[in-house]
Order: sequence, then structure tokens, then C-alpha cells
Amino acid sequence: MSDRKAELLSLIRQVTSEEVIEIPNSTPFGVVVKQEALLSLCDQLHKNPASYFDMLSCITGVDNGPESGTMEVIYHVYSIPFNYSLALKVLLPRENPEVESVVSIWKSANWLEREVYDMFGIGFKNHPDLRRILMPADWKGYPLRKDYKHEEYYRGVKIEY
Amino acid sequence: MKGLLDQQFENGGVIITKVDDLLNWSRLSSLFPMTFGLACCAIEFMSTGSTVYDMDRFGMVPRATPRQSDVMIVSGTVTFKMADRIKQLYEQMSEPRYVISMGSCSNCGGPYWQHGYHVVKGVDRIIPVDVYVPGCPPRPEALIGGILKLHEKIRNESRVKPTAIEQLLEKESHVG
Repeated sequence: MSDRKAELLSLIRQVTSEEVIEIPNSTPFGVVVKQEALLSLCDQLHKNPASYFDMLSCITGVDNGPESGTMEVIYHVYSIPFNYSLALKVLLPRENPEVESVVSIWKSANWLEREVYDMFGIGFKNHPDLRRILMPADWKGYPLRKDYKHEEYYRGVKIEY
Repeated sequence: MKGLLDQQFENGGVIITKVDDLLNWSRLSSLFPMTFGLACCAIEFMSTGSTVYDMDRFGMVPRATPRQSDVMIVSGTVTFKMADRIKQLYEQMSEPRYVISMGSCSNCGGPYWQHGYHVVKGVDRIIPVDVYVPGCPPRPEALIGGILKLHEKIRNESRVKPTAIEQLLEKESHVG
């Protein structure tokens, strides 16, 4: 597995001109990617017969809190023929976080990105249909943000216990 | 050998009862619940309808539309997104209509009472509830217990205008 890791790392370094930071002790193996490089890197990892990440398993949002001022989006991609998983992490500012959508590469990203948008308010540029997926359309705020405070009432029904 | 009913009624063919009792008896003997479930409580609700617990022995046959239902069993977590739909379904039911709140979630929010930003803390904030069944989820026996409680409630209903308060007021005025 470790030679596969090195292979992938060199491939990622070829595509992204910048230095790629490896996430220590990460399972699956993961790297931190610059926001601007994400789309081209994903495209390459998807297309390249040497990597062939044909499946997007999961997109996760993380809010690191107002003190750190950052948010994260983590992409878990999987290659069915190679039976290998990879995590790509993007760091975003907490103010107006936005990242390029990967729907053009993996169709499954559509709903996953909508969920991250719904819970964290992270925007996805060029998403075909970016709207809330779990919460009602007229809901205020993004529930999984660390500083989230719910409204007192929703459509005349008290929210607090 | 004749059956009990034959022995009892063969002479007259007339039963004397109160209208209230007759209507209440017929009402509670065929409570049609609405076919719908919200969460894991719905599994227990389905189990209640199965052969083992046999909900049909109370004359309860799930109906697929609120128009034909008498009782709404709110079985599960009521989210804010679902609240409007539940209210609409309740309003579509014809009177007399009853509501059984099944399980902790629909009673009071259950495990979501503190951090469940998306959960209505009790279905009674949207629609009136007749019987609360505790449990997480309640076993079919508990739901049947709730149904019997509802029977009890219906059995004591009356179509006569309540007069107790008026009688009391009249008595008061005589004393005064």
C-alpha cells in the first residue's frame, strides 16, 4: 500500500504546482489541497488511468470555530479497480466560504454538496442546483456552525424545549 | 343449544340503551388509524397491526387517507419540516378525530429535547393530543394500552350539553 501512496503523492504533486501537505496519521491517506487547485486535481485523479478515482464516497464539512476562523471541506474519493481510498482536504476562510463544485466530475457530489451547504453555509461555485436539502427552504442559519443559535420560533412554533 | 344473544334477545328484539352509549360504543369499536409513520415508533405501530398483536381485534384497520381515518397515531420524531404536513393531515380528517402521540419524541422531543434544533418539542405544539404513550419506542403492548385509554375517553363522551357548572352556579345564587 505504501508504494501506492508514494505513487499517488507524486501524481498529485505533478498536477498541482504548489507544495502538497500530507495529513499525518490519516486513514485513508489524505492531503491538504489549495482551494484553487481542487477542481483540476479532482479531474486528473478521476481521468488518469493510473489513479482512476471513479467514485466520490463522501463530502464532509468541518467548522473549526470562530477562534480559528477556518472551515474545511473533506472529499473522500475511492477507486473501485484499485480498491484505494483518498481524502482531499480544502481549508476555507470562515467569512464567505466558497469552493469550486465537483458535480461536473462526480454526479454524486450534487446532493453531498447541497448537504454541506445546508449545514455549514459553504458555497459551491457552478453547482447546478444549490439549495437546502435537509432543512426547510425558509430556515434561517446553518445548524452545524459552531456559533449557530436557532431562532425563537419557526412558523409560529416555539423551537426551544 | 342457543347462543347467548339468542337467549337474551329472542323474546323482544328490542334493546334499550342511551344514544350516547350506542354512538360511543360504535365509535370506539371501529377506530380507523391513518397509515403513516415518522420514525422507529412506526415499526412498533406496524408490529401492533401484525398477527401477534392483532390491532384488528379492536376494529382498527389502517386507512390510507385522512378522510377515512378517525385516529392519527403520531409515531415518531416530528421535525419542523414535517410539522406543516402533519397539521394539514390532521385538518383533512373528518370529525370526530382523535390523536395518539406515540413515543417520547412526539410527546416532548425525546432525546432531541436539548440539541435537536430541527425537532418540534412535542406534537401538542401543533395539534391537540388525546392520549400520550410513553416509551422509546413503546412496545406494541404499550400502544394497545394507549388505544384502550382512548376507548375509555370515547366511552365517557356525551352529546348532551354539559350542565354541571350551570347547576352549580344556580345553587350558588340560591345560597347567596
